[in-house]
Amino acid sequence: MTVIVNGERRELPSGATVAHVVALLSGDGDARGVAVAVEGEVVPRTTWSSTPLSEGARVEVVAAIQGG
Amino acid sequence: MDETLTIAGREFRSRLVLGTGGFKSHDVLAGALEVSGAEMCTVALRRLDPDARGSILDVLDASGVQVLPNTAGCFTARDAVVTARLAREAFATDWIKLEVIGDDRTLLPDAVELLAAAEQLVDEGFVVLPYTTDDPVLARRLEDAGCAAVMPLGSPIGSGMGIRNAYNIAIIVDRARVPVVLDAGVGTASDAAIAMELGCDAVLCASAISRAHDPVAMAEAIRLSVQAGRLALRAGRIPRRRYAEASTPEEGRPEFGQPAHAE
Repeated sequence: MTVIVNGERRELPSGATVAHVVALLSGDGDARGVAVAVEGEVVPRTTWSSTPLSEGARVEVVAAIQGG
Repeated sequence: MDETLTIAGREFRSRLVLGTGGFKSHDVLAGALEVSGAEMCTVALRRLDPDARGSILDVLDASGVQVLPNTAGCFTARDAVVTARLAREAFATDWIKLEVIGDDRTLLPDAVELLAAAEQLVDEGFVVLPYTTDDPVLARRLEDAGCAAVMPLGSPIGSGMGIRNAYNIAIIVDRARVPVVLDAGVGTASDAAIAMELGCDAVLCASAISRAHDPVAMAEAIRLSVQAGRLALRAGRIPRRRYAEASTPEEGRPEFGQPAHAE
């Protein structure tokens, strides 16, 4: 299935979860300071692995940077 | 001078809040952070960069400062609210520096969207510290909405133009029942001192330090100027007068008469 991750189309196996997407982006990092929104709704870290994505879902994965 | 600053029940010994934007490296940030004495630092959220090496959180954790996430770059209340919720999730803090920008050249706040976002976030239990204009009425509205502090600008973000309307800042300070943090516009140490002399409770400073030729030295200069300004405020300045007022008494002045003869 295709999902939109941070504005880019990505092919993921059907049934892929938010946790898959985070692992895809953060590699072996511990994803500290990372947060995720699907369709503009925040997905709590505790439910990343139990939140499946649907075809065409828009996923934003953000992390801390310098600013402000 | 050991009086503390209290925001939302949390005490701070330092009255300088460090913005982390603009530092060339995490090392320079760490150096500036240490000498600044700041106990709270802003951070921003952006799309995760898979190639980024090292997190700013490593620097901030090592120093033990409180993280103050911001909503920089948001132009609508909706975007700011979602960003704040993401920040709560990412940093496990309810504190948020609320920025809702209305124009990308001036980066001035959008008053209407800002107030709407503030109301929503207060409802959701956030400790909201809004970046606002120097408008005393808007500051009052934000306070009435339940914001934990108000953070009026001295001049536009990164402009280094200092405090353009000291009278408005003084009015905001006079009437606020929450801490007033001067945010944006500080260009150098004297600007921070003026903010404190006007009665601001703290100063938030990013570019003035991070983009200085020597950020670590400027961090020290601004730390000292914040302390100096606060001390001067408590000491009580003399009033401004149009004419001189002699500091040496007239009484007892000797009189020498006319010169005996012209040379």
